[in-house]
Amino acid sequence: MPNPFTIHRSCQEGIVIVSVEGYLDAHTAPKFEETIQLEIDQGHVRIIVDCEKLTYISSAGLGVFMGFIEEVREKDGDIKICGLEPKVKQIFDILHFETIYDILSDIPSTILRFAEVPVRKD
Amino acid sequence: MSTAIESTFTLGVPSSTRNLALIRDFVSQVGSQAGFDESELIKLELAVDEACTNVIKHAYGYDTTREVTIRAIFDDEELRLQIVDNGLGFDPEIVKAEDIKQLISEGKTGGLGMQLMKLLMDEVHYEISPGQKNELIMTKKIIKKLV
Repeated sequence: MPNPFTIHRSCQEGIVIVSVEGYLDAHTAPKFEETIQLEIDQGHVRIIVDCEKLTYISSAGLGVFMGFIEEVREKDGDIKICGLEPKVKQIFDILHFETIYDILSDIPSTILRFAEVPVRKD
Repeated sequence: MSTAIESTFTLGVPSSTRNLALIRDFVSQVGSQAGFDESELIKLELAVDEACTNVIKHAYGYDTTREVTIRAIFDDEELRLQIVDNGLGFDPEIVKAEDIKQLISEGKTGGLGMQLMKLLMDEVHYEISPGQKNELIMTKKIIKKLV
């Protein structure tokens, strides 16, 4: 069976890009949580989660975004989300994630957003 | 449900998060056969995923030797999804509906799954007999598309 969930990490203009691929459920979310925690522990608090290849997310995955957002914003960073395909985006929309997180279409526009609004305050 | 012929499908799996993908595939296939389109199928998958995750975590405390049963019954009007376990029951009324801003400020993410189930399905209710049988029943109307 192919790996259901993989994470690729890169860095652009001082922003960490965590690209997730596959599905994020209660089985795979701990790996995602560990990755984000590691970045924060290393002082990397400007994080883009690139979801272009994310095929599914449940509350376990959404909970990871929620669990770290206060901490990174207190440290003058942010977690911004990009690349959601419509099927997956509707799950974020149902819970009104856009009221808390910047959700953009792709990595370049998200990097630009970081330049404009490094930390979302509302 | 109407008097039309019902189709019933049952899946029983060991209580492990490893099996959530398999459960979602089952729900998607049955949902597709019932007539739901792709944007609705992911909602059905998510509602059942959340229900089964709660069973695995809370009813069975991650004991993978236990079993979760998913029963899907549909006719031409609605799909009924039943998630059955015999672990620890709980009172669903104690889970308050809170928006994500509140949950984040309170530092908790629990209860999100329950909220999702209620938002995604037309009807959600529990029949709890602690230690014997707990049954979560979720219903979704099948909207017929005009051709």
